[in-house]
Amino acid sequence: MKIIACIKQVPEKDTRFEINPQGTWIQEQELTFEINECDVYALEEALRLKEKHGGEVVLLSLGGESAEKTMRRGLALGADRGILILAARDQTTDPFTVARALLTQVRLEQPDLVLTGVRSDDQAFSQTGTLLAELLGWPHATIVMKIDWEAGAGRLTIQRELEAGLLEEVSLPFPAVLTIQQGINQVRYPSLKGIMAARKKELRRVNWAATGVSGDRKIAIEKLVFPKSDKKSEIIGGTPRDAAATLVEKMKKEMKIL
Amino acid sequence: MQLGAPHPERWNVSDLILFLVEHGGGRTRPLTWECLAFVQGLALELSRKVIGVVLGNNIDSVCAEVAAAKVQEIWKVSAPELETYNPDCFSAALCQIIKPAEPYAFAFAHTYRTIDFAPKLAAALNVGFISDITRYRIDGGRPVFTKSVFHDKLAAEVSFCAAPPHLLSIQIGSFPGDAAQREGRAPVQEKPVNLAGVPDRRRMLQIIQAMKNQVDLSRAQIIVAVGRGIGKQENLKVAQELAAALGAEIGASRPIVDMEWLPRDRQIGSSGQTVAPRVYFAIGISGAIQHIVGMKNSAFVVAINKDPNAPIFKVANYGIVGDLFEVVPALTQAVKQQKGNG
Repeated sequence: MKIIACIKQVPEKDTRFEINPQGTWIQEQELTFEINECDVYALEEALRLKEKHGGEVVLLSLGGESAEKTMRRGLALGADRGILILAARDQTTDPFTVARALLTQVRLEQPDLVLTGVRSDDQAFSQTGTLLAELLGWPHATIVMKIDWEAGAGRLTIQRELEAGLLEEVSLPFPAVLTIQQGINQVRYPSLKGIMAARKKELRRVNWAATGVSGDRKIAIEKLVFPKSDKKSEIIGGTPRDAAATLVEKMKKEMKIL
Repeated sequence: MQLGAPHPERWNVSDLILFLVEHGGGRTRPLTWECLAFVQGLALELSRKVIGVVLGNNIDSVCAEVAAAKVQEIWKVSAPELETYNPDCFSAALCQIIKPAEPYAFAFAHTYRTIDFAPKLAAALNVGFISDITRYRIDGGRPVFTKSVFHDKLAAEVSFCAAPPHLLSIQIGSFPGDAAQREGRAPVQEKPVNLAGVPDRRRMLQIIQAMKNQVDLSRAQIIVAVGRGIGKQENLKVAQELAAALGAEIGASRPIVDMEWLPRDRQIGSSGQTVAPRVYFAIGISGAIQHIVGMKNSAFVVAINKDPNAPIFKVANYGIVGDLFEVVPALTQAVKQQKGNG
């Protein structure tokens, strides 16, 4: 089975964000980056399918030169090779543009499956994988929590998450696009051997111009702002001990749980 | 496409704002009114007309219910293929409705189902889709939509570059359904669709209860919930000691459960349990919307987090900004002392 795992490089989760002077994006200098969380689960699922059934896992990403670092991490986890579409920031913010660029490489590679995360940690539109499926004319399923495939079978059985602890079990034929939910598996950490091997693995760069994707974007992020707060919580200051004492008073008199 | 007041005599192709009526078991779901409140507001500001679209099979009662709200018309899209959800049929049916009507916009509630088919519909129509909207404003006759980005720590203002129809989905809970104008009497128009040619690809097999909740957190009076800030599984004991001192149940945000540090029946949020205790302690939980929807009805929320910009502080009554490994043990100590005195 040949699987493409689409991953995105995003700032680490713990980051305290600052907005750039133009107000159009975050200040990216000096941030550290990681693979988007849902995409890590998608890659792990791809690796498990390969380990069980054989085949190849190809990483596909879109971003700046700096994305090589997270691509190498994906290769260290066990992907066989990578394709990085080099794109400027404004080419990465419109999900439609991203999907069309990914489409060019998926068509060339002709995998059996494309796996990616349900959503990105940065923009969180939850669109790219499904847009890609429709552009390919392939079936898809989103928010996937389980993938079952019997070797040789023409269809996959998957479970997708619904609200309130329910799952929907569906089947669909190959080739297909699945968007993976976090928690589908327990992700691995790269081994030293994997890290060493990753340095030598093929990472092919594709220039934006080579994708032939025009600037026909559908939506644009005009600016970033700090969210407006309707309700302000009362921040209790002081040393941990003082703050605890104040809070206990409130738990006693106001919340009435002590 | 020029925006502005429509010609009074006739509906211009871009005068309509459509929205999808959410229903189940022959009744509208409350999300319908959230979506209606959103499109009514947008239609008023942009001088457009609101049409509710009901998709399904045997949907007369739903159509009647929503036709009694303030809408221009209800479009009934009924077919046996729409009885059970399938993205190919849903997308094909909506394509057949949207193409001839050329509405200005089509709005959805941002549900797990919408996530599954609305981007497909956008690609099929070759139009833009702004998802998970929490607010909007009109800027020179043009709507600009706000959505949460970067784990809800920042908000992005997003607009359309492509021509209508525009696809929109609203975050659940962002446009209160009580604001929807419910009094009216709208005609129900049947809109035939032909789904015979839709490929039979994805088949629904069954709905499964992910796990029988062994712990019913919905009855808990006090919940101490932990998030990613706890760092390591061994550190859970810091929160467990506070819970023990308070006689509270332990809960968790999704990442903790995904890492299997706590069982799934401790998860609070959109895909876990919904709780409303007297007091909810959020420890090292940043407060992404998927978590907030599961605990926002708590009578009191106390948040302890090192990041002053963490969105949890927007729903908390009381917040302590600091290192949870200092604050929580101090709190446990203070609670024990208080109980000892009491």
